[in-house]
Amino acid sequence: MEYFIQQLINGLTLGGIYALIALGYTMVYGIIQLINFAHGEFFAAGGYMGVILLSFLSANGYLATNPWLCLSGSIILAMIYCSLLATGVEKIAYKPLRKSSRLSVLLSALGMSIFIQNGLMLTQGVYDKPYPSIFSGGGFDFGNIKISYMQIVILLITILLLVFLNILVFKTRIGKAMRATAQDKTMSSLVGIKSDRVISITFIIGASLAAAAGIMVGMYYGSVGYNMGFVPGIKAFAAAVLGGIGNITGAMIGGLLIGIIEIFGAGYISSEYKDVFAFIILIGVLYFMPTGIMGENVDDTRV
Amino acid sequence: MIQEFKSKGKNYLIGLIWFFLLLWPLLGIHSDGTLSFAKAFYVWFYIFCASIIVVTVYIIHKKGLTLPLVKPLASATNKIYGYAASMPKPVLFIIIGVIAFLFPFFTERYAQDTAINVLIYICLGLGLNIVVGMAGLLDLGYIAFYGVGAYTYALLNTLYGLSFWLSLPIVAIFAGIAGCIVGYPTLRMRGDYLAIVTLGFGEIIRIIFNNWMQLTNGPNGILGIKPPAALIPSFANGFSFEYLYLKKLHYLYYAALLLAVFTIIVVSRLSASRIGRAWEAIREDETVAEMTGINTFSLKLLAYATGAVLGGIAGAFFAARMRFVSPESFTFIESAMVLSMVVLGGMGSIPGIILGVIALIALPEVFREFELYRMLAFGASMTLMMLFRPKGLIPSKRMGVRSEEKEE
Repeated sequence: MEYFIQQLINGLTLGGIYALIALGYTMVYGIIQLINFAHGEFFAAGGYMGVILLSFLSANGYLATNPWLCLSGSIILAMIYCSLLATGVEKIAYKPLRKSSRLSVLLSALGMSIFIQNGLMLTQGVYDKPYPSIFSGGGFDFGNIKISYMQIVILLITILLLVFLNILVFKTRIGKAMRATAQDKTMSSLVGIKSDRVISITFIIGASLAAAAGIMVGMYYGSVGYNMGFVPGIKAFAAAVLGGIGNITGAMIGGLLIGIIEIFGAGYISSEYKDVFAFIILIGVLYFMPTGIMGENVDDTRV
Repeated sequence: MIQEFKSKGKNYLIGLIWFFLLLWPLLGIHSDGTLSFAKAFYVWFYIFCASIIVVTVYIIHKKGLTLPLVKPLASATNKIYGYAASMPKPVLFIIIGVIAFLFPFFTERYAQDTAINVLIYICLGLGLNIVVGMAGLLDLGYIAFYGVGAYTYALLNTLYGLSFWLSLPIVAIFAGIAGCIVGYPTLRMRGDYLAIVTLGFGEIIRIIFNNWMQLTNGPNGILGIKPPAALIPSFANGFSFEYLYLKKLHYLYYAALLLAVFTIIVVSRLSASRIGRAWEAIREDETVAEMTGINTFSLKLLAYATGAVLGGIAGAFFAARMRFVSPESFTFIESAMVLSMVVLGGMGSIPGIILGVIALIALPEVFREFELYRMLAFGASMTLMMLFRPKGLIPSKRMGVRSEEKEE
């Protein structure tokens, strides 16, 4: 039982990170029906930005004196960085292709993904970069159940970002515009919503959430590598599909579920095949219930 | 012209400043606590100069100032194309065949090695072409079948001692079955879902290779695979045939050439057949294809299985040539590379894909010192092709004429 609860907590931590990445996929897909292959790379770029900024700060001694300020500052800077990257990718690789076939946009996205991944490798090196330790390894102990400070921080940041996103999408004007564009692009542009701007903002939001997720993965596992975006990217996509693609609440639930399933699968079945579980869920969901958990009607063009 | 520079120039300047903002933190903030500007600025400055030159040339070209330069060039290439087109096809094939046959006599080990690589990737690219180019199913896990082929031959050879040519049909059957297993659940999906699911399947197969220690020896791979053997005529003491393992590179080259020619014939015959046309119909509009009485599901499965068989055969040859297989060789990036060959050359066109393979395998060998930038260039070229020439270098010829093309 204790093992079960421990695994559940680990799963929630990982799942929260997947949820953050999945949101980017689901929002972009909801608006322009594109699987943004480069999204995993935004996540990796965020992780790298975090390691660059945090190790710079720790070398100058700021990190030891006020860690909270440094961490939040780095996260915000990384988010800004990834939004710059995402707007660039969107403007160069996706916007000119909005009218062409979906296969060519998908291939263009794939090309961008390979490009950014190798750009990271060339500028930052092939080897994994260690994260500076921000919080000491301690944590709370409840009997045999252990929650490290790191997990608490990750969960807190995740919850904060998710709440912030919900307010943004469901309470503000721009959120309303996004939802309208997702429903019907032509109609929303007729009532005066600038769809190009909304699409850019969607990319920015998705990329900045992915950047935050990248930093947290870096802190959790202690290092980042240039190809770290690939596997979590697919898992997050699986989460988005599981929750019903295009649906924001669905992506959050899907992310948490995928994280928990992965950790339980690794704990109880086989840790060597832990990456396989997410893929099997992805295939199973698409085969048996392509609308996902929270999905609405999915017409022919989507599946 | 000045006006044009002004309007374009503003956008480019914004773009370049944005690019510097992206580049600087990656190159200018060091983990030992220092900041630097020099390195990032140098890299940025090269790109700045290059892009300014490109833009200037582009604008001058648009204005028609390069016409006296371009015109003779264009007419010359047109003439060459004209000669090539006017030549009867068999003659063209014979010329290419003779060049391919004589290739090892005039070249070094290194060139032969590259040529074998090119031939293997031609097999792979043409196999993927059936799935992506003809049937229009985006498959991102194609390399898995290459892996299945390689591992099947490796195991058949090391465990049961089967020779390469005997293993080949078994490899084909195994790869075909693998194609059906992957294809059966996934082919009900369309477009981008299919892409991501095949990607997932590709990874699953790689993870299985990596973790099934008893069978595949995990990440260490399988060693000691025999190369293909053949009866080689020998003139040492009278005329006789000698049963030899093809360890010498030029023998291997001929074996690869044989496989590539076989693949080219299969694919070109298929594309001209009824099945090929049905695939094309599915690619253009699946619903309409179904309405006209095409059994879309079984044909899609057939496309998938055929692609898998060709990939598997290429994989078996790869294993036989390297005499070693490990899961490292079958990662997603390989899938992406084969896909970018198909895309670069022109989806659905056989000469296009051969050109694409040569461009992506042989050209990097020429520019050996830029080895590191290879994948970067692949990614960029994939996006650029989609932006500027989505049909590829040599677009495939369509059957018949479409109504909207007629009107023009």
